[in-house]
Amino acid sequence: MTTVAKLIDTTLCIGCKACEVACQEWNEQEFTLGVFANTYQTLPDLAPNFWNLIKFNEEYKDGAQAWLMAKYQCMHCAEPGCLKACPSPGAIVQLPNGIVDFHQDNCIGCGYCITGCPFDVPRLSPTTKKVYKCSLCSDRVGAGLTPACIRTCPTNCLTFGARADLVQIANQRAVELKADGHKDAGVYDGPGVGGTNVIYVLKHASTPESYGLPKDPTIPWTVALWKGPLKWVANAAFIGTAVGAMLHYLKFGPKEVHGDKAD
Amino acid sequence: MQNLNRRQFLAASAATAFGFSLKAATSTARGLKIARTNQVHSVCPYCAVGCGVVIHTSGENVRNVRPYVVHIEGDADSPINRGTLCSKGISLKEFVVNDRRLTKPLYRAAGASEWTEISWEDAIAKAARKIKDTRDKGFVEKDAQGRIVNRLDTLGMIGGCTDTNEINYLLGKFRFGLGILPYENQARL
Amino acid sequence: MTNGWCDIANTDVVLVMGGNPAENHPVGFRFVMEAKRKRKAKLICVDPRFNRTAAVSDSYVPLRAGTDIAFLGGLIHYTLENNLHHEDYVKAHTNAAFLLRDDYGFEAGHFTGWNGEKKLYDKTSWQYDLDGSGFAKVDETLQNPRSVFQAMKRHYARYTPEKVAEICGCTSEEFTGAAKVICSTGRAGKVGTILYALGWTHHSHSVQLIHTAAMLQLLLGNIGLPGGGVNAQRGHANIQGSTDMGAWNMLPGYLRLPRANHQSLEEYLKATTPKPLRPNSMNYWGNTPKFATSLLKAYYGPEAKKENGFGFHNLPKLGESENQSWGFFFDRMHRKEMQGFISFGMNPVANGPNTEKMLEALAQLEWLVVVENFETETASFWNAKKLGDKFYPKFVDAAAIKTEVLLLPAACFAEKDGAFVNSSRWLQWKKAAVPPPGLAKTDNEIIGRLFTAVRALYEKEGGKGAETLKAMQWNYAKPEAPALDEVAREVNGRDHTTNEQLAGFAALKDDGTTSCGNWIYSGSWTQAGNQMARRGQEDPTGLGLYPNYAWSWPANRRILYNRAAADSDGKPWSASHATIKWDGARWTGDTPDYKGDAKPDQYGAFIMLPEGVAKFFTADLAEGPFPEHYEPAESPVANALHPSVSFNPVAPVMHSSADTLGDAAKFPYVAITYRLTEHFHFWTKHVASGTQLQSNFFIELPAALAREKGIKGGDNVRVTSARGSVEGPALVTERMRPLKVSGKTVYHVGIPIHWGYIGRVRGPLVNNLTPSVFDPNSGTPEYKGFLVNVEKMA
Repeated sequence: MTTVAKLIDTTLCIGCKACEVACQEWNEQEFTLGVFANTYQTLPDLAPNFWNLIKFNEEYKDGAQAWLMAKYQCMHCAEPGCLKACPSPGAIVQLPNGIVDFHQDNCIGCGYCITGCPFDVPRLSPTTKKVYKCSLCSDRVGAGLTPACIRTCPTNCLTFGARADLVQIANQRAVELKADGHKDAGVYDGPGVGGTNVIYVLKHASTPESYGLPKDPTIPWTVALWKGPLKWVANAAFIGTAVGAMLHYLKFGPKEVHGDKAD
Repeated sequence: MQNLNRRQFLAASAATAFGFSLKAATSTARGLKIARTNQVHSVCPYCAVGCGVVIHTSGENVRNVRPYVVHIEGDADSPINRGTLCSKGISLKEFVVNDRRLTKPLYRAAGASEWTEISWEDAIAKAARKIKDTRDKGFVEKDAQGRIVNRLDTLGMIGGCTDTNEINYLLGKFRFGLGILPYENQARL
Repeated sequence: MTNGWCDIANTDVVLVMGGNPAENHPVGFRFVMEAKRKRKAKLICVDPRFNRTAAVSDSYVPLRAGTDIAFLGGLIHYTLENNLHHEDYVKAHTNAAFLLRDDYGFEAGHFTGWNGEKKLYDKTSWQYDLDGSGFAKVDETLQNPRSVFQAMKRHYARYTPEKVAEICGCTSEEFTGAAKVICSTGRAGKVGTILYALGWTHHSHSVQLIHTAAMLQLLLGNIGLPGGGVNAQRGHANIQGSTDMGAWNMLPGYLRLPRANHQSLEEYLKATTPKPLRPNSMNYWGNTPKFATSLLKAYYGPEAKKENGFGFHNLPKLGESENQSWGFFFDRMHRKEMQGFISFGMNPVANGPNTEKMLEALAQLEWLVVVENFETETASFWNAKKLGDKFYPKFVDAAAIKTEVLLLPAACFAEKDGAFVNSSRWLQWKKAAVPPPGLAKTDNEIIGRLFTAVRALYEKEGGKGAETLKAMQWNYAKPEAPALDEVAREVNGRDHTTNEQLAGFAALKDDGTTSCGNWIYSGSWTQAGNQMARRGQEDPTGLGLYPNYAWSWPANRRILYNRAAADSDGKPWSASHATIKWDGARWTGDTPDYKGDAKPDQYGAFIMLPEGVAKFFTADLAEGPFPEHYEPAESPVANALHPSVSFNPVAPVMHSSADTLGDAAKFPYVAITYRLTEHFHFWTKHVASGTQLQSNFFIELPAALAREKGIKGGDNVRVTSARGSVEGPALVTERMRPLKVSGKTVYHVGIPIHWGYIGRVRGPLVNNLTPSVFDPNSGTPEYKGFLVNVEKMA
């Protein structure tokens, strides 16, 4: 099975927020009101109903005014910290194509996934007591459609495809940008989590934090431990609540290790 | 209504890098909400880029159901937007299906502080009466120099930029039939 | 647009000025990004704010609102001074060689012919020097000091980079840095485009501003070429179509509304049909009699006959110098000179300048009919005192307002058929998808029912002008709800001898045998059916013209003036930018803006103009034959070129009791208004998604000004003009740089539009602040570059 991915070429992002709305619209998440915070950014952070945020950052770069905009959402890590941390079978799954999906039916609202995420993405809803995040529109992808955010992106900032292809495109784009005089251009590909299925092209690659991306994302050691030697202890604690969920787990499986190349 | 072949629609929508086929990607248990919709070609009513949109509807030919909008997204066949839309266009459903939409004619009497409901029949009759009375009073057949002018400048009319050519043409005929001179649209602003 | 959205991908240099397409036309902007990515095109953004477009530009230059003519005049000067113009193009396709009369001149801010008493120009000295046959004399060498070329050179000699910097507030280095890139396209094989929007039209000198842009593009040989042109992005789905169908002084298809001195069709046609000014001018507007007669046939049907001037007498006539455009008739309404008003999907309380004046004007009406999707500020203007909070101190309570109001619920775009015309001039047919909600009706039914009801009253009671009203044809299958495809066929036109749909406007006749509701749309619904609904994906030229997708006016031509993309022999200036070319027998490529089989040297390239060539110099506009920099009505400085004639001498300024202008002593800051990408105009305040993305009204302030005033981001501030005020939190940003103008520091204050006193979210209406000052040619208000004061609120 081919691993799919999303490429975000931030040099082409105009901050139009179509991806933010496309995500909410497709996934039928409620629109809410924002609070004024001296910025063009919609909300200060991701929310249970808001899985896709463009971060706006004004700063001086290379002696000129810059206004950096970058989309922020689940990175669909190759080694997902959320999945490692999750005690409820079937609540967090990694599909054979690499998509990390949350199934709220099986979520017990413990919030461990939030701790486990090196990118601070999952959000717990105080009303439903479930955790939510980007599913990479697994329903659309399953039907042969591109994810809603990518489908709507007007400037080709977002591309969907096989991860291997996108890595190649991203590297090529970085080379182009360097040739155009952007010496610091480069690719951000989830260092520290075995790569991510969301890949960024950045004009200022040495300072990903200018785009709101962690410079050095890692899964907390507590989580690594949790699903390491202490795994069975933890699972025992949740066994009662996990029976129904286990059926789902068995059906979909937590993760397919082998990656058969299709097409 | 024009139905896109579903297979064509899916194929047209699946623009990906290197022509990679999405058939390779696996499905999940989640259902696709636009799997069995009717699809109608339309054009976004906001700015003048003129993006093609596909309106997915449901409920046609179902007894006791008024057809409704399920989803709206960009038309992949439009050379302008190729399936993409901005934040306003991609949420057009929120514009169409909106509890703030006006659904009944309303009337506000002189000095009133509230709207009252009025039937279409009464609303049209009232408006027609007003138009005629104003025109009877203000229509000028000949100016001070005795020249034929057939004009009316005590009744003004604006609009059209958000509506189709055909409506604009009808508004023009309405205008010139009555002889209205103060006639404007958003293009001035 | 002379060109189109897809065409932007063909360009090498994009100048965005007076617009912010990344913000307001994000999907159209994809072609800018494509040109950048695939062609390494350079994007130059010139704007008072470092905005979303600036964020992805290769170069950003700030300028003070209202000084664009100075900047563009500087580019003309830079081009000529450095010999960067496309000389062969200029010689072949413009009026550069035409000779001017020897009494033409310009001095201290006025062109010759100024009448200070009447505040008008006598344009006699702006005409060409004509020979005995009425043709303009020319000097092909361009050396004659009386040639347009030399006069232009002299006129813009004053617009040096230093002068531009002094007026606009950028540095002269920033200006020349941008000029170098923008003016690099004056050679074959390189082409540049200009994208603009309301940042250019919202001035008291807007038409001249766009004239300046056209002049620059002509000098650089960029008109008619793929990737070139002067491209208005336009702000509403069918603002182009509604313009094409005619507003205040226009009939459909840009035919002029008759004036009272046109008492017969002959008199009208004589006055409005131009004569050629050069022997080789095709002068296509010479066909005006065919267009006008066919329109009259569409309007007045079988009763329109040669003997009765095809019903011409029925059309209303304007007074010789009368102006009934927006600013003027709202002024009349404010004086209680109007009794009734119908608003079809417009919201003048929100859109018009000086909101309180709009409210006061509507309150003078006896009745108002509003047709809308949502309740608007206009429909509920009578409740503004209550809903509008403290912003309308002089406005009265609802009880004191006698205006009767009908608010009629209308279908939205998804609930009706019909064609929208986008900025590219593409007519795109859309189909109704669902029925309107509740009792809401389609607009065609609302108009149809109103029209037939009024007519029935006249039939019953008689009345003034009953014959004129009866004369207008309304013979639709369902008169109370005309079907839009039926209307679209009428607009396209018919040949009444064969009873067939016309193939295009070339078939129009002036003898009454053809009818056509809008000649420029002829060809949109032919015998072959609805051309506007076509979905063909072919792109034979590879230039993104898509000739079989939708239908483009005129004649399905995708790039206007495309004859100019080739030289006098019909050879494209460059193979990479070949819009059309002459193959020895006919023109191939795009639909030629020329006669299809006419030899390259038979006519001038600009077939619509009496000159046959494009115009640097023109007597068509009110304030001068060349564009000149004038300050806005309210300006922080005097005009650095001619302080005694600071403001456009012919721009209309209203003087009602609600209209006042402020000065820099009381109102020291320059205000601009604009849309945000998250919103559409004043509509999306009813839509949950739009209101989420930018929920709150705010006021954008330069960080330096905020520091001066002790204002922090989020602090509430009050912005006041001589007309009114708005209040809201400050968005403090470094993206709005203080500018040095004539030695003085000038700050901008940015105020986004969207909010009002009705909606899912509420906030002040920006036009509380704006003045009733207008462009003399277009009648567009000056929303950019008026003066305000800013205070921190307690």
